[in-house]
Amino acid sequence: MDVTVALTVNGVERTVTTDPQRPLLDVLREDLHLTGAKYACGEGRCGACAVLMDGRRVLSCVTPVSLADGKSITTIEGLAQGDRLHPVQEAFLEEGAMQCGYCTPGMILSAVALLQQTPNPTDEEIVAGMNGNICRCNGYVKIQNAVRRAAEKMRR
Amino acid sequence: MAEKLSSKNSRPQSPKLSAALEGEFALSRRTFVQALGAGLLITVTDSLSWGQRRGGGGGGGGGMPVVARLYLNADGTIAVAVMSGKVEEGQGARTQLSQAAAEELRVSFDRIRIVMADTDFVPDDGITAGSRTTPGNVPPMRQAAATARELLTRFAARQWQVDAGALEVREGAITNKATSQKFTYADLANSKEVAEAFQQPIRSDVALTSVDDWKVMGSSAVRANSRDLVTGAHHFPSDIRRPNMLYGCVLRPPSYGARLSSIDLSEAKAMKDVVVLREGDFVGFAAPTLFQATAALEAAARTASWQTASHPASSKNIHAYLKERAQMDRARPNTRGSLEKGLVEATKTLSATYTLAYIQHTPMEPRAAVAEWSDGKLTVWAGCDGPYRAKGDLMRLFNLPADRVRAIIPDMGGGFGGKHNPDAALEAARLAKAAGRPVSVRWTRAEEFTWAYFRPAAVIECQGGLGANGSLTAWDFTNINAGGAAIDTPYSIPNTRILSVGSSSPLAQGAYRCLAATGNNFARESFMDELAAAAGADPLAFRLAHLENQRIRTVLETAAKQFNWTERRKKVTPELGVGLACGTEKNSVVAACVEVAIDRSRGEIKVREVCEAFECGPIQNPANLTSQVQGCILMGLGGALSEEIQFENGRILNASFGGYRVPRFQDVPKIDVHLVNKTDIPSAGGGETPIIALAPAVGNAVFAATGVRLRSLPMRGEALRLT
Repeated sequence: MDVTVALTVNGVERTVTTDPQRPLLDVLREDLHLTGAKYACGEGRCGACAVLMDGRRVLSCVTPVSLADGKSITTIEGLAQGDRLHPVQEAFLEEGAMQCGYCTPGMILSAVALLQQTPNPTDEEIVAGMNGNICRCNGYVKIQNAVRRAAEKMRR
Repeated sequence: MAEKLSSKNSRPQSPKLSAALEGEFALSRRTFVQALGAGLLITVTDSLSWGQRRGGGGGGGGGMPVVARLYLNADGTIAVAVMSGKVEEGQGARTQLSQAAAEELRVSFDRIRIVMADTDFVPDDGITAGSRTTPGNVPPMRQAAATARELLTRFAARQWQVDAGALEVREGAITNKATSQKFTYADLANSKEVAEAFQQPIRSDVALTSVDDWKVMGSSAVRANSRDLVTGAHHFPSDIRRPNMLYGCVLRPPSYGARLSSIDLSEAKAMKDVVVLREGDFVGFAAPTLFQATAALEAAARTASWQTASHPASSKNIHAYLKERAQMDRARPNTRGSLEKGLVEATKTLSATYTLAYIQHTPMEPRAAVAEWSDGKLTVWAGCDGPYRAKGDLMRLFNLPADRVRAIIPDMGGGFGGKHNPDAALEAARLAKAAGRPVSVRWTRAEEFTWAYFRPAAVIECQGGLGANGSLTAWDFTNINAGGAAIDTPYSIPNTRILSVGSSSPLAQGAYRCLAATGNNFARESFMDELAAAAGADPLAFRLAHLENQRIRTVLETAAKQFNWTERRKKVTPELGVGLACGTEKNSVVAACVEVAIDRSRGEIKVREVCEAFECGPIQNPANLTSQVQGCILMGLGGALSEEIQFENGRILNASFGGYRVPRFQDVPKIDVHLVNKTDIPSAGGGETPIIALAPAVGNAVFAATGVRLRSLPMRGEALRLT
C-alpha cells in the first residue's frame, strides 16, 4: 500500500506517494529525476548511492524511502551553491580525482560527511572514513589526495 | 548458456549486413546544425559515402573525407567539432582525442568539441578495446585535423594570392602577417569552396606536428567533462531519461544453460501498469518504476520451472577440467632452436605449473541502456564498447536497415574490457518495442557478476633449463585457455617452445584489461624468479643478463633504482619481502618493485609499497597516464590477492561485492609511479600494460620473505599460515 513521504531534498520540500519499501535511491532517481546518486551494488557495499540524510552519510540503495520521511536529503546535485562548487568538489577537480566518474558523487558526499565529523583527518582516518566506497577504476590515490586537499580548503 | 554467450563474441558478417552498412553515414544537414550549431556548408547526404568507411584500427582512415571528422562552426563559440567512433569509459579518450585535434588545428583545447560514439554522427572507428585508441585512432584524428589546416591555409593563400608558407595559423585563425589579413575558422565555415575542399580525403601522409613542438598534446589537459562528473550533471547510460519512460528487467535462468519449461505470467500481467513480454526463453517486464517491474519479475519467477543442464566444472576443479580439455590436437607451438637440445645441455632443469582463476571486471556502472522507438526508428543509449557493433546487433535482431537504428554511447561508468556486447541495449529495445514506450534496462550487480563474461581461468605450464654458467638454455611455456597475449618471452634463450592452446571454458569468457598478458607475465616472471633462485642469482641481475630489449631494461633499471632494490633486497626478513617483475605488451613496457609484509600467524599478505616504471612512447597526457598506471596497479592488486569467481553447478556463488573482494582504500599501498617519456617512437596505449607486472612482483616478494612460492592467482595469504 502506497504511503506519502514528505522530505526535503537539496533544500526543496517534496512529497512522494509510493510504496514505502522502495529504496530512497530509486525515488531520487526515478521520481525526483536526481540521477547523481548511482546504483552499483544494491546492498550497501560500495557507496555509489551515498547521500546525506540530516547531514549524515546514508546508503540510499538500502534505505527504504519511508525512513526519509521528515528528513533532509542532500544529493550531489545540491552540494554546490549555484555556480560555486563545494570545497570537496573543487578538490576533486583540482586533483583530477576521477576516471569514469561513476563513483564520484558517492565519493564526494562520503568525503563531505567525513570532513564534517573529522575536519582534520589523519590518513588513517581518511581510509577508515572512505573505505565503504569502491572505485573500480581504482583511482584511490588521487581520491585520497583530493580528500586531504578538501580538508585543507575547509580549514581555511 | 555459456556456449550461447560465447557465440556472441564470434561475429559473422552477413553479405546483407555489409551491403546495408555501405553508405549508412547518410545525415541530413539539419541534424548536424541541431547538434553542433550552424557551421560548414555541406550537404552531408551527398558526400559521405566512401569505400573504406572504417576509420580506426591503425589504417589511418584512408579515403575518408575530412568532413567525416571535422565540422567548422560558424558562431565561433567553439572552433571545430570533431567526430570519433571511440567510447569514453574513464580511460581518457575524450580528452586525448580532443588534444590531438587541437594540436593539429592550432586551437586551444577548450575550443574543440568532440562528438563521440553516436552512429548518426561519427565514423566507425571500431570497438574501444586493446589500447588501440592511442596508436590507431589518435593518428587519424591528427591527420584529419592537419589535412583540414592545410586545406584552409591553401584556401586563404589563394584568396590573398600569396604563398601558403607566408601564412601563420594559430588560435583558430589564419593570418597574413605582411598585410594583417585574417580569416578565423568561423569565417571559413560559411565558404562554399571550403565545404568543397573538405570533401577531399584525409591525407595519411600529411605532416604531423613533431613531439618536440607539441603544445596541447603532451600536456595534462583536464578531463573534458570533469565538472559535470563532480556535480552529478553528467548522464551515464543508466541515467538517461526519456519522456514516458519505463524501467525494465529480465528473467534470468537459475543456472547456466537452464531452459524455461513453463512459467505463469498471469500474476505479473495483472499488476497495475506492468508490461510483460515473452518471446521464447526471453521473459521481460517493464513498469513505471523499477520496483514495480522487479515485483512482477519476482512473482513470475516463483512460478517458473526450468530444465537444468549438468555442470561438471566448478571453481574447485577448474584447472584439471581445463587441462583435460586442452585442444592439444590443434596446438601450434612457436619454437626457436631445439627445446630437447636445450634441456639436454642444462645442468639444472625446473618445471612448475601456474594457475589463474576466472575474474570479473565489475565496472561500477553495470550494463545499462535506454531504447526508444520513434517513427519506425530505434535509438538506444547504451553502455558498451562498440557503437557500431550495437547498431549492427540491433539491425540484425529487428531486421532493420541502417538508417533506422542509431546507437549512442554516453560516457559510461567503466568497462575494462567487460562491455564488448550490447546486451542491455538488445533487452531494452525488445521491451520498448513491446511497451510502445522508451524503456531503461540496468543490470543488477548480481546479473553483472553472473551474466556478463569473465576473464579466462588458465593453467600455465613452464619448464626451464639452466646451463653451468647460470644462463638459460631452454624455455618451455604453455598457456591453456587464457590466450596468447604477451606469451613470447622477451629474454634471450636459445631454445624455446611457446604455446597457447584453447580449452573448453565452462563459463563465458572474453576480454579483460590486458587479458592473457597478466597471466602469462605472472607465470613467466614468477618462473624467472624460480630460475634465478635455482641459479643462485639476484633476480634483477638474472633478468638483465638475459635481456636485450633496451626499453624493458630502461624501465626495469628505473624501477630498481627508484626503489633502491639492491639495498632493500639485502634487508629481506621472513616478515618483509621485496620482489620485482617486468614485461611488455601492446608495444609498451613496464617494471615494478614491491614490498610486502607477511603475517604467517594470521595468513596475511599486505602489499606495502609499489614502485612502477612505465613507458609507452611519447606521453600524450601525463596526468591521465598517471591515473591509468595507478589504476592498473591497484586493479592488478585485486587479481593478485583476492579476486576469484567461485562457481558450482552452473551458478556463481559469490556474485556480490560481499563475496568477491575488490581493492578498497584500506588496501592501497604507497605507490610511486615513474613515467618514462620516450619521444623517438610512436605513442602506444597506456591503460592496460601497467597491470601485468604487479602480481608476479608480489609473488616474488612473498617468496623472498618466506621461501614459499605461490603459483595460483589469486595468491591467498592463507597458504602461508603456520599452524
